Amino acid sequence: MNYQWDWGVLLREPYAGWLISGIGWTLLVSAGSWVVALAAGLLIGVARGLPNRLIRLAARCYVELFRNVPPLAQLFLWYFVFPEIVPKAVGLWIKRDMPEPELVTAVVAIGLFGGARVAEQVRAGIDAVGRHLLPAALATGLRPVQAYRLVLLPVGLRAIVGPLTSEFLVIFKMSSISLTIGVMDLTAESRHIENYTFHGFEAFAVATAVYLVLGLLISAAMSALDRRLRPAAIPT
Amino acid sequence: MDPFDWGVIARSMDFLAAGMALSALLVVVATLGGVVGGAGLAALRRSPRRFLSAPAAGYVGVMRSVPLVLVLFWFYFLVPLAIGRPIGALTSALVAFVLFEAAFYCEIIRAGIANVRRGQSQAAAATGLRPWQALRLVILPQALRAMVPVLLNQIIIVFQDTSLVYVVALRDFMTSASVIASRDGRPIEMYTLVAVVYFAICFVGSYALQRRRKLNYR
Repeated sequence: MNYQWDWGVLLREPYAGWLISGIGWTLLVSAGSWVVALAAGLLIGVARGLPNRLIRLAARCYVELFRNVPPLAQLFLWYFVFPEIVPKAVGLWIKRDMPEPELVTAVVAIGLFGGARVAEQVRAGIDAVGRHLLPAALATGLRPVQAYRLVLLPVGLRAIVGPLTSEFLVIFKMSSISLTIGVMDLTAESRHIENYTFHGFEAFAVATAVYLVLGLLISAAMSALDRRLRPAAIPT
Repeated sequence: MDPFDWGVIARSMDFLAAGMALSALLVVVATLGGVVGGAGLAALRRSPRRFLSAPAAGYVGVMRSVPLVLVLFWFYFLVPLAIGRPIGALTSALVAFVLFEAAFYCEIIRAGIANVRRGQSQAAAATGLRPWQALRLVILPQALRAMVPVLLNQIIIVFQDTSLVYVVALRDFMTSASVIASRDGRPIEMYTLVAVVYFAICFVGSYALQRRRKLNYR
């Protein structure tokens, strides 16, 4: 194997700049998708445990639908199909005037995919604490909505910080599929550098290292959060 | 352009079927290779010798923290370099999938073995079985029973993962559909088809798994 090593290539312009901006896009897509996933996951996860059968069924359909279609196919549906099937004015706006169309599409697609996974964790968390706490909360005179907001969600979410960390990491890694619709994230930029310089080893190695470090940082931050929340948790 | 033309699906059926065959090949190779590699990695990770267990743990940790897309790029670049001549995307994708999924299968197998109660291996040792015999005759049969549903579920995940070979332009089902979508200007029809087909296969698969699991516990 003859290969010309040159780690310095990563520090030269424009390649260093490409890497930095790639890291920025990866963080942006991941953070945006995580917000969407958490919001959708909370909503759907709570809905899956409600007494109303219709709501429960709709929530279950959401989870099955978004879990059983590959994320890449979902991304293409949002990017290529969604603007065509909505009313014409909306479709035109998405195609012409929506700011950062690739970023927004990636965040929505990856976020809603992640939402189905988060929903399952939320449901498990509420299930784990709800059996004992819901009757108790209702017995103290709380309305059902208050029982969820003040008791079940805070306690249930504390119980699933660990699984939510894994979901966050899944979304963080999944952010790389956004390159298929043209977001120049970290993975895309490392490929970009490889194409221009033929220094694939260095480019991919640095991307791998950055994913590792960021992943470790996310895990560390989440377990710090877990430790801070734990003393307040109610034993179930 | 006409609003819809579902005939495009019928017209490209052969091409799509070939794509699905390639997807199936990827799933089969990734699963078989991944299980074998994963079992090897799990054995290494359980070794009391640190020079065996530490590299295996490191390998699994790295593979599980990077995106599959990056791994596909890695091997698309590395495999021709290692062999010394250009080679198709298929070989590099197969290598990437086997090595990537091995890390995940390793963790499934390890968890399966770890979940067998400690008393079992102590009892096996007390009856005079050697460690290897205890693993083979007592631990693994119990671990396998717990692992099978997780392993089967992983196959569904692998099937969804294979759609990512799109990034190295390998014509699996997903990529074939996208080729036709842009060639014939029919993204709505083709991507809807993609979603429906993947959904049907994965939903039926995971539904059957759930039913099986429920029946087993009864």
